[in-house]
Amino acid sequence: MKLKYFAWVRERVGKSEETVEPPASVRTVDDLIGWLAGRGEAYAHAFETPRVIRAAIDHAHVKPDTMIAGAREIAFFPPMTGG
Amino acid sequence: MTAAVTIRIQEADFDIAQEISALTKGRTDIGAVVSFSGICRGSEGSETIAALTLEHYPEMAEAEIARHAETAMSRWPLTGLSVIHRVGRIVPGENIVLVLTASQHRQAAFQAAEFLMDYLKANAPFWKREESADGTSWVEARYHDDAAAARWTKS
Repeated sequence: MKLKYFAWVRERVGKSEETVEPPASVRTVDDLIGWLAGRGEAYAHAFETPRVIRAAIDHAHVKPDTMIAGAREIAFFPPMTGG
Repeated sequence: MTAAVTIRIQEADFDIAQEISALTKGRTDIGAVVSFSGICRGSEGSETIAALTLEHYPEMAEAEIARHAETAMSRWPLTGLSVIHRVGRIVPGENIVLVLTASQHRQAAFQAAEFLMDYLKANAPFWKREESADGTSWVEARYHDDAAAARWTKS
């Protein structure tokens, strides 16, 4: 699946997108955040406070307990500050 | 009742009068147009802001604004609606966002404009980065923006 990062999540991870194949045990958005946080210092820093991270699956907001099966694109970003 | 919906995300500035005219031209069923403009402030508290840079998630921003537009259309008897959101670097005094709502009567237009802005601020994937004398930093989301959006889900 394709992952995208925005704003300070993007800056901390050090890239704006990538393709990953998480193990089958990673079932929810929350699981994915936990798995990503274990991928090194940059990821650990980006995902150090999971409750402030917002996620979207295929361009729609989702909650942390949403299942990720079938997702094409998952994005992670901080709370929005547009308008 | 037909309604014209315009959604644009762009770097360029917009002309409010021109956008209102595009919304109402040739129509005789519009009795009210409400316009909201969000403008870049030159200060935040005691801090002087040199500029804002807006980042966005293009595909989702379009989809998210379209979803809110649809909700507004189903909730109020609107005859037209425009949302324009700028991205890129914006300096104090410049426009950031425009919401126009048109209806036969003012109440629907006022309420729909406020609803759209509250939802955009809390849910549309845009992020502001602030330039000041101390360098640059991401603007933090405000709790009251979430609260403002949530009040529309009551009742």
